Amino acid sequence: MEYFLIIISAIFVNNIVLAQFLGICPFLGVSNKLSTATGMSMAVCFVITLATLVTYLINQYLLVPLGITFLQTIAFILVIAALVQMVEIVLKKVSPSLYQALGIFLPLITTNCAVLGVAINVVTKEFSFVPGGMLNLGQALVYAFATSLGYGLAMVIFAGIREHLALNNVPKAFKGVPIAIISVGILALAFMGFSGMVK
Amino acid sequence: MKEDAAMSKFKLITDGLVKNNPTFVLLLGMCPTLATTTSAINGLSMGLATLFVLVLSNMAISAIAPVVPDKVHIPVYIVVIATFVTLLQLLMQAFTPAMYETLGLFIPLIVVNCIVLGRAEAFANKHGVGESALDGLGVGLGFTCSLTVLGLVREVLGSGSAFGFNFIGGNDGMLAFVMAPGAFLCLGYLMVLFNKFVKKS
Amino acid sequence: MAAKSNLTNMVLVLGLTCLLCSAVLGGAYVLTKEPIAAAAAEKTNAAIAMVLPHFTDVEYNAEGKYYKATDGENLVGYAIETTTVGFGGPLSLIVGVTPDGVVYNTSVLSHAETPGLGAKCTTDSKFMDQWRGFNPSIKKLSVKKDGGDVDAITASTITSRAYTLAVENALKTFATLNEGGCCHE
Repeated sequence: MEYFLIIISAIFVNNIVLAQFLGICPFLGVSNKLSTATGMSMAVCFVITLATLVTYLINQYLLVPLGITFLQTIAFILVIAALVQMVEIVLKKVSPSLYQALGIFLPLITTNCAVLGVAINVVTKEFSFVPGGMLNLGQALVYAFATSLGYGLAMVIFAGIREHLALNNVPKAFKGVPIAIISVGILALAFMGFSGMVK
Repeated sequence: MKEDAAMSKFKLITDGLVKNNPTFVLLLGMCPTLATTTSAINGLSMGLATLFVLVLSNMAISAIAPVVPDKVHIPVYIVVIATFVTLLQLLMQAFTPAMYETLGLFIPLIVVNCIVLGRAEAFANKHGVGESALDGLGVGLGFTCSLTVLGLVREVLGSGSAFGFNFIGGNDGMLAFVMAPGAFLCLGYLMVLFNKFVKKS
Repeated sequence: MAAKSNLTNMVLVLGLTCLLCSAVLGGAYVLTKEPIAAAAAEKTNAAIAMVLPHFTDVEYNAEGKYYKATDGENLVGYAIETTTVGFGGPLSLIVGVTPDGVVYNTSVLSHAETPGLGAKCTTDSKFMDQWRGFNPSIKKLSVKKDGGDVDAITASTITSRAYTLAVENALKTFATLNEGGCCHE
């Protein structure tokens, strides 16, 4: 039941892009075409889940026992940067086809604040639907995975909208990013309908 | 000659405000822009927090850039930026705890704000310490201005007040503007206005 | 501009940067530790002072999550922390209860309610003032919609219910403390 609530909450109610405003830069940057949007979502999904696993363990077994949680930010970003690099190298060797699909998006992910945001959220935020408030490792992983699915969902919907927008005659001052952001606003209005469904 | 130098320094700052405005022209740092501008004060605080990190990291990076080997320059820069961000976190927790709670997650996320790393890459590693500080100041001010304006617009529309001063009596503004969708809508329309009136000239 | 890379200088520069940065932060942490603790203590003290009448000493009970406030020999009351689930997430209150079992005042410690709706539980004076001197033996502790005497915040029944439940929990904690036989001398 908890897992179900975590998933619904992370995908719809607290959608990472439309309600939490994380990962907006790549969201606007690569959502021009449906195919690139899908590729990026998959890469983000992969990295967020992996990064959450590693940072959760580092926090739990290194930073907390040593009493140096104030180094959280610096430790997490280094871990994420190193991880992204490693994933890139490993993928290149192990699965060239997956590397081809995700490759160009991987370097961009280091500075995607969604990754660091989820990693920090998981270890600091209190969630009302789990007893005790803090997520355990399994819940943290489910949360991270579901959040990135929410990211993918928003991304794919938005890419679809943008492909249609490109065909329309838009006033000059609205062209490009402004009209895109306004459309995201309307999309966010739609997602607001989910608010309060899971606390 | 001296006047020229003064002019160019001044230009470094104004460039950051208008021509290279991080929010409306370069489209950098969108996440904090949207998330923390629920009121003018919040926007202003977030802007100043970013300004702090931007100026200091620009200075530090311009100072160490000549000795940093090319292949590891990104990790080194990130460590430097993260250090200043953590410093800011500690200072805010100690002296402005209420604001630290309001801005929450977005203070540590300054590390991945593309503006900071972007300026380090595009400017600080090629220029002197003084110039880099001014560049950081200019871009930081530009960012602060945009955030304050966006925060002000959302606050006026959403809760009928400005900088916490309520002028409609009661707090029944158009709620949607304080919530997530309003952030996108306001930013979109402000960009349109910026395109129409400022960018052209 | 940048120096040429080779293994020695890469390791050296990265290592030195990390070392220097951790040293700076360690120093900053030691220096800011006290102000941070002071700021946190001040926040709780301010919250307790708001929900209880004048007192001189406070004693924290971490297990029961309550503060026992005394003025010299006399018990002034308990400031009890309680958390329930509101509309947007956890809603944490501190509730001041005087020895006669009457709520002296309440204050929100943290919340995640919708701005302009549920978040009014920290600004709506009509809603907040009704808790001042709320006597559970005279008034019924549930919102009017559910047949009680609590005026809900307009359009925010869920937040109001959560708030009411938090006060109820605090009163329950108070009741167990009272049974312990410490209070009615």
